Amino acid sequence: MTPNRTDPGGRAPDRSSPDRRGPAQAARVRARLSGAAGSAAAIAIAVLWTLPTAGLLISSFRPEEQIKTTGWWTVPFDPEFTLRNYADVLFGSSSDGRLASYFINSFTIAVPTMVFVVLLAAMAAYALAWMRFPGRDWLFIGVFALQIVPLQMSLVPLLRLFSDGVAIGTATVLPPLDLPGAFQFTNVWIAHTMFGLPLGIFLMHNFISRLPSSIIEAARADGAGHGTVFRRIVLPLTVPALVSLAIFQFLWVWNDLLVALIFAGGSIEVAPLTVRLAELAGTRGNEWQRLTAGAFVSMVVPLLVFFSLQRYFARGLLAGSMKG
Amino acid sequence: MGFDLLSELPKLLWLVIGVAGFLAVFGVLLLAVDRGPRTRREWWQAACFLGPAALLLLVGLVYPVVRTTVLSFMDGPGQAWVGLRNYAWMFTRPEILVVLRNTLLWVLVAPALATATGLVYAVLVDRARYESLAKSLLFMPMAISFVGASIIWKFVYAHRPAGSDQIGLLNQVWTLLGGEPRLWLLDQPLNTLLLIVILIWIQAGFAMVILSAAIKAIPTDIIEAARIDGVSPLQLFWRVTLPMIWPTVAVVLITISVQTLKVFDIVRTVTGGQFSTSVIANEMYNQAFRYGELGQGSALAVFLFVLVVPLVLIQIRSTRRSREAQ
Repeated sequence: MTPNRTDPGGRAPDRSSPDRRGPAQAARVRARLSGAAGSAAAIAIAVLWTLPTAGLLISSFRPEEQIKTTGWWTVPFDPEFTLRNYADVLFGSSSDGRLASYFINSFTIAVPTMVFVVLLAAMAAYALAWMRFPGRDWLFIGVFALQIVPLQMSLVPLLRLFSDGVAIGTATVLPPLDLPGAFQFTNVWIAHTMFGLPLGIFLMHNFISRLPSSIIEAARADGAGHGTVFRRIVLPLTVPALVSLAIFQFLWVWNDLLVALIFAGGSIEVAPLTVRLAELAGTRGNEWQRLTAGAFVSMVVPLLVFFSLQRYFARGLLAGSMKG
Repeated sequence: MGFDLLSELPKLLWLVIGVAGFLAVFGVLLLAVDRGPRTRREWWQAACFLGPAALLLLVGLVYPVVRTTVLSFMDGPGQAWVGLRNYAWMFTRPEILVVLRNTLLWVLVAPALATATGLVYAVLVDRARYESLAKSLLFMPMAISFVGASIIWKFVYAHRPAGSDQIGLLNQVWTLLGGEPRLWLLDQPLNTLLLIVILIWIQAGFAMVILSAAIKAIPTDIIEAARIDGVSPLQLFWRVTLPMIWPTVAVVLITISVQTLKVFDIVRTVTGGQFSTSVIANEMYNQAFRYGELGQGSALAVFLFVLVVPLVLIQIRSTRRSREAQ
């Protein structure tokens, strides 16, 4: 405990002059009143925060004519529910959304990116924390600084790089990454991995550098190489951190719109749910039977992750919110 | 034509190949790193561990930052030098000035209100009976995408002509109070404020979780001592709670400010930047990727970067300070 913390506590008793004891009764009444007002305020905020989502969820199960003509709050007087909206928006014609394809795209983008970022970040963080080589501290500061860079700074040149390749003079160093069909996911994977690494390395470094040095030095003294130490000691000991980062990275990519818009485009072959939904909201802004069901299709996975893994979710939050 | 699972198989196959291939390379690298020659071992082992990440960062972030900065001094297709013309364009064109004004409005309103709501709620539900349930309710919007949140709120703002039933919650409340149904999203500058509400709705949960942890870290004896003295809950908040968690409040404010500066998804999904609601990030996307004006888009990106840097520097400083205080 620091003096800073005990200070207000130390000062507090000074204020309890005898004349304050008189109106103690009144103070208690006032406290109870403000307690009731406080509860009312808390409930009001909670309702305000829940109602919009509830309205959308209820609407998504209502027949089209009803969504478009009456408010969802009239449901108790005229309950009629259907799964038709979900069937249409998931599996119907492509103008209805065909979100099932985009759902698979979202998975195909988010899962590999999660694996790439977590493992590459863990490796880099281990090197920055436990290996000795010249320039290590500068490298760490550099990676740390990269977290500041807004995505917007990187989009134009990186897209150019993917479409034109890299050439020095006339010699092609990297061919254009102009891939057909499902291979197009590769571009999106690479872009997301690049953008996920600075935060990933930073988070993993926080955990890996705090491992007890006695364990790692003992293993090194026994002749274990860095590869073995990393595989046998570091990875197993940092599982909670790896899981936190994995969840965070997965949700970030699943919910991302900007990177997907630029590196995946809008085609049904690679575009994720977010891109398709934003498109539907723009072109079919009044087709609420599609938008309500579609929005929930995109929210199901994050909500499942959120409610089942809330503990891990909150952990990387403060550092994680810096991303993008 | 309906949905066909067969046509989706190549995607899943490529997913499996991609992950398996990566894991194979990763495994081989870890095994190989211990078997190489013994000369300058530390050096090339570090290269093996750091190389892949360093290469990705160089290509994906370091080079693009330099290139974007250079592009911001060039013309639309990125071929001829134009000096500071793109920056002059940015600060003189009326429609871009509206964009800058909107961004300013976002940064002034969203972080303050999101943090205030989160703080008030965290204090109110602290040690209440259903605390964790109550917190989940406010926190839930953090999990879903900005696009999903935008659709939720677009539905709240939906409009039906006067005389027919309203389907949007806001117009329903508005007409119950005696107003005429309004096209909220066309109404400037109110529409920007309505978009800001969406971000507040998302970020208040973040503020609440972080601030709630800070409140719980205040030693109980301080609170007890104040209570025994007959301090009212409001005095307790202003004189004890708030001063003690102030460093955390500052960090939360700045974190949300950085997020707010970069806001893109909400504007793009709800209005597409029309009706004078565009912000810097959205305008940057339009200039660079829709109109092919790389120079102007890059100038906007650089300006965004310049706005973010001081905020992050302050944040690093106050994070370090609040860590030292613990």
